[in-house]
Amino acid sequence: MELDPVLLARIQFAFTISFHIIFPSFTIGLAAYLATLEVLWGWTGAERYKRLAAFWTKIFAVSFAMGVVSGLVLSYQIGTNWSRLSTVAGNVIGPLMGYEVLMAFFLEATFLSIMLFGGERVPRWLHVFSAVAVAFGTALSAFWILSANSWMQTPAGYAMEGGIAFPRDWWVIVFNPSFPYRLAHMLNAAFLTGGFVALAIGARYLLADRHVEESLTMLRMAISLTAVLAPLQLFIGDIHAENTLKYQPTKIAAMEAHWDGSKPADFEIFAWPDAKTESNLFSISIPHVASLLVTREWDGLFPGLKDVPPRDRPPLPNVFFGFRIMVGLGLYMIAAALFGAWLLWRGRLFETRWYLTVVANTWWVGFVAVISGWVVSESGRQPWLIHGVLRTADAVSPVPAGSVLTTLVLFVFVYLFVFSFGAYFINRLINRGIEEAALPTKTPQLASGHP
Amino acid sequence: MDLASLLPLIWAAVIGIAVAFYVILDGFDLGVGILFPFARDDAERGRMLGTIAPFWDGNETWLVLGGGGLLVAFPRAYAIIMPAFYLPIMAMLLALVFRGITFEFRGMAQRKPFWNFAFAAGSTIAGFCQGLILGGLVQGVKIENGAFAGSAFDWATPFGVVCGLGVVAGYALLGATWLMMKTDGDMARRAGDKARLLLVAVLVFMAAVSIFTPLEFPRIAHRWFSLPNLYYLLPVPILTALVALAEWYWIAARREVAPFLATIALFLLGYLGLAISIYPYIVPPDLTIRAAAASPSSQTFMLIGTLVLLPFILGYTALTYWLFRGKVGATTAYH
Repeated sequence: MELDPVLLARIQFAFTISFHIIFPSFTIGLAAYLATLEVLWGWTGAERYKRLAAFWTKIFAVSFAMGVVSGLVLSYQIGTNWSRLSTVAGNVIGPLMGYEVLMAFFLEATFLSIMLFGGERVPRWLHVFSAVAVAFGTALSAFWILSANSWMQTPAGYAMEGGIAFPRDWWVIVFNPSFPYRLAHMLNAAFLTGGFVALAIGARYLLADRHVEESLTMLRMAISLTAVLAPLQLFIGDIHAENTLKYQPTKIAAMEAHWDGSKPADFEIFAWPDAKTESNLFSISIPHVASLLVTREWDGLFPGLKDVPPRDRPPLPNVFFGFRIMVGLGLYMIAAALFGAWLLWRGRLFETRWYLTVVANTWWVGFVAVISGWVVSESGRQPWLIHGVLRTADAVSPVPAGSVLTTLVLFVFVYLFVFSFGAYFINRLINRGIEEAALPTKTPQLASGHP
Repeated sequence: MDLASLLPLIWAAVIGIAVAFYVILDGFDLGVGILFPFARDDAERGRMLGTIAPFWDGNETWLVLGGGGLLVAFPRAYAIIMPAFYLPIMAMLLALVFRGITFEFRGMAQRKPFWNFAFAAGSTIAGFCQGLILGGLVQGVKIENGAFAGSAFDWATPFGVVCGLGVVAGYALLGATWLMMKTDGDMARRAGDKARLLLVAVLVFMAAVSIFTPLEFPRIAHRWFSLPNLYYLLPVPILTALVALAEWYWIAARREVAPFLATIALFLLGYLGLAISIYPYIVPPDLTIRAAAASPSSQTFMLIGTLVLLPFILGYTALTYWLFRGKVGATTAYH
């Protein structure tokens, strides 16, 4: 059997990056939550904030460690899998990633140590400051890596000379057309992911009648946050799509499975977009609604898949179904958050046990929505690695398919192993619950693990 | 010389320094991992982890900076090195995944032996792969039309294996002398015993590399033994010998800090020696620092950021080493 090195490199990269994104999308939100708790503790002196912070810090540490090791892999895979990308675009995206390392990674690593091991050695203000610094670091990291990603989706501020991109205007490169939307969408998604995990765990404790005081605080904070951010996410997603329509119309066409750009588009509730027959099989659709959503007009026209030759079209099922899963979960989050807010306002949250049961079991919605969203974005930009500049197939490294396959298998085994243990340990931390001890006096020895 | 032509050299220095920071900082914590199987019991292993737990994440970030810096400043070298050393790089990354995760997992796990093994094996394989990559780089990489044109196993040579073992021994020496500094009593004494053996091993490997490379590669022989280079470069081996001698004495005298500092000096001298052998190439035998450089605009944009941010990074890195200074005692290690 002939192995396709491009496909293998793509599968490997898709696997490692999907695995990685689970952790940042959790830790970005969680870091901000921890910083808020630490600041509230520093400000009010209320011990429940400190206990909550100590509890979440342990979960944060495990998730962050998995994010660090899987992120390190990615920083090298860009070269091992896509070496032509660095030749063609290294001048432009290299510095964006360089700034991420210098601004964010060292900040996070250093101040996380102080958060975890500082204990009694450091004054309270330094503890609070470290939590804020880590949260700031995670957001900065998102800023730079999303800038680099967005530049590949909507390149700007550069000029091609001899097949190599040269920077012309750094401001335009960093703040390229899709970047502000992508950044807002992703940061908001991370906050929602963390919010729904906090909501779930608060509900889980309350249902079991454990840690009632802390759980109430957790639920109030999580519901207030998500009730604002979940509807906001719909709005951000909408203007992000508007931007995508302008710069990557084929991605929108794939999201809506819209073939013929000369006709208004129906909204496909379900369909199988079939590349061979250039049509949607098993389609259940609402006439004109896709046109209405995309162009804001009943008879609005927007480019269809047939507007570009087949070789320029993205893989359809990934984009089409990814989009539907993301939107579906987003709508669930809006409903759950708003209903929770209503219950809270009516003072009935704590006795509405069916609601608590539902949210306690949907801690995962943010993660799945984030991964689906990235599948839409990354599959949707295919066949381009840098839109209009470099095709993915032309960017692959001169590495034999056998090497890629071997390491792919290893990655799958190792990551599944690590992930299972990580999930198991996090679940055990949650079962163990919030400790009554007020301060996390974690000495370095304790971190190596002996509570 | 104007700034634009100086930029590649400045960047080569910046990356060289970042890699040196990495090798020394992650070197000692990888070294502690390499020494893990030789600990007396699990309590001692817990204490060993305790000496490095607050530092390892920051230390490993220098590896990201080294790789990232290469992409920023020398994208053409990055595009060649990464595919050329695909398998050892992947093996190193997987090994680092295992050992990095141990810091969090081992403490929570009921079965310690597995995570002890993961930590030791991960640390050793990571160090060995780094040595393989170093050896492969010194030997040279086949390039055609600006892309890697060799085969998947070009790095698998006896010389590469010697370099791999040398790096493992070197990291273990860093780890052992770190433990002499960070622990006390019987544990520090036994760390000293190991350091002595490891010092001998490291010197043997350094000698082997120093003899083999000029014999094998005329360009390296020419660099070191042609006049007047010989006079300028002679201090490097002489200093190495003096430092090694002093370290031997300091380990025997059970000094606490001096052996660690001497190991660092030994590493820096060895590193300098390799840099002298390789210069002006970034990927021998064809790609020079200048030819691999990114556009001046990219290098300038990043240099500004580096000059502004690096003092902060060094500042708060120093802060953590200061906060977590002192010995990690047996009494606080376990309960």
